[in-house]
Amino acid sequence: MPDLSQFLTNQLPTLVVAVIGVPVVIGLYIVGLEFLVRRLPDAVQPRARPWIWVGPALVFVTVFLVIPLISTIWISLQDKHGTAFVGLSNYLAVLSDPAVLLTIRNNLYWLVLYTFFTLLFGVMMAVLADRVPYETPVKSLIFMPMAISFVAMSVIWKFMYSYQPPGATQTGTLNFLLTSLLHIDPITWIQDQRFNNFALIAVAIWGWVGFAMVILSAALKGIPGDLLEAARVDGAGEITIFRRVIFPLLMPTVTVVATTLIIFALKAFDIVYVMTAGNFDTNILAVKMYQEYFVSADPGRSGAIAVILLVAVIPVLVFNLRQFRAQEARR
Amino acid sequence: MSVMAQERIEAPAWSARWLADRLGGVALHVAVIGLTIAWMVPTLGLFVSSFRHLTDISNTGWWTALSPPFNFTVENYSKVLAQNNLGTSFLNSIMITIPATIIPAALAAFAAYAFSWMKFWGRDILFLALVGLLAVPLQLTFIPVLKMFNSVGLSGTFLGIWLAHTGYGLPFAIYLLANFFRSLPTDLFESAEMDGASTLTVFFRIVLPLSVPAIASLVIFQFLWIWNDFLVALIYLGGTPPVAPMTVTVANLVNSLGSGYHLLTAAAFLSMIVPLIVFFSLQRFFVRGILAGSVKG
Repeated sequence: MPDLSQFLTNQLPTLVVAVIGVPVVIGLYIVGLEFLVRRLPDAVQPRARPWIWVGPALVFVTVFLVIPLISTIWISLQDKHGTAFVGLSNYLAVLSDPAVLLTIRNNLYWLVLYTFFTLLFGVMMAVLADRVPYETPVKSLIFMPMAISFVAMSVIWKFMYSYQPPGATQTGTLNFLLTSLLHIDPITWIQDQRFNNFALIAVAIWGWVGFAMVILSAALKGIPGDLLEAARVDGAGEITIFRRVIFPLLMPTVTVVATTLIIFALKAFDIVYVMTAGNFDTNILAVKMYQEYFVSADPGRSGAIAVILLVAVIPVLVFNLRQFRAQEARR
Repeated sequence: MSVMAQERIEAPAWSARWLADRLGGVALHVAVIGLTIAWMVPTLGLFVSSFRHLTDISNTGWWTALSPPFNFTVENYSKVLAQNNLGTSFLNSIMITIPATIIPAALAAFAAYAFSWMKFWGRDILFLALVGLLAVPLQLTFIPVLKMFNSVGLSGTFLGIWLAHTGYGLPFAIYLLANFFRSLPTDLFESAEMDGASTLTVFFRIVLPLSVPAIASLVIFQFLWIWNDFLVALIYLGGTPPVAPMTVTVANLVNSLGSGYHLLTAAAFLSMIVPLIVFFSLQRFFVRGILAGSVKG
């Protein structure tokens, strides 16, 4: 294995240095600075100490998130070469570009369908699995796709969607089912513009139902059993109990899961990039942004698309902050 | 819930309600097992395909391999490891993931400790800002960070991607740990202080040992997140084989393999092995991380 010898001589030393050296540096930092702080006058200590502890994290967050965020907004107001201020013209150009409008439409598909179906299946699986004795393995298997990358999910589904012309033996699972059970022509899931966006969204739904299920299932276990029993004694059927008792109590959790799913739907990238590279009318904002920067070499437009993404997540961001504040108030 | 169901008065055998209960039970099992199987089929299909010969993969569906004559092979794995840089990528993924998990976890533990148990000017506003940053798409940061990396020679290096992942991982890591640290009883800190314990002693001897479950959740979460990351690696490492992780290499193979399409099955499975092992052995912690990570209502 040439890989291994190269690894042993080049990479392994780096890894050892990183795995041992990094914690040592971090440890020395905190012990060293604490040592210095204790030499300070008693009155100054409590004011200086917290900054030593939050300092490194704040530096990283500022350098990699806060400054770039502001900088991207500034870049979006400049021309392609970053030399002249052009005001909102990148936004006008981007928003009048049919290709970008298509990505916005597709992102709306993602937003609505992905969020809705992931929650629907998530609630369904949480409620159904709660009633069988083999709940744990079932949940584990549904949740499993969460552990693998979107790239691997895309490869898995490329094979599910694989297509052979009508009459030939179908090797893709879905087209095999279509032709042998329903006796209809196979579908080019990835190319056919009537289906392909939904086919890509289905991959993401498949991958993330486990996420919704796990959180909702935990919330479900938190509903007192007496409440359900009381409803049963009153003669309510299982469906009524779900609609009138369980679902309203799950609603706050559903909202929380929905915000996470919405953010994901807006910034989705991997599945579309790997499965279609944005072709066949499946492009989405994040992929378009990548293409504007790396293919068209236009940071201004790329930045403008990124800012559109930011504007789209602002309602969710505000909602999260409100939730957080309400939670703090209850402490 | 099953206990309660048993307590209900059984309807007389073969009455309408008895039948309805039985059929409902059967329908429930059919639905649960059916959905679970449907959920497993895609992964199972790829897994079976990865052990099939090229001619079999291109001529028949994977399900035909499940009936005799069995004709499996590990050729796809040996070929893809030998030809397509997959071995290097596997090691690269390790190189990227381990430090990019340790650094943010350590820094987040320090910060979360300060946020939960120290008073300082702007503390609440800063924490609120971190919660806000949880929702900001990373796409907003790529162009400036890449420019910065290019100017200091960090793009295409492991160090660069460790630093980037640290910055990106911190808001969530701090949020998760601070929530846990704050739930520790106040008495603990007061009595330690009265005993004259220093801040360092309290942190290393009391807070960290009590927080092992929370830290384990965070480490597993961050590990899987980085191992599975495609976009950040694609942007900052540029996808060149010497430094590309598994995700980038597999994504490249999707477009480049063409006639060697069958090798993709093995490549994808190799990229899934580590996360699947981590997931199935430490699932409990992973789930706890997910539950703690969502901003609760």
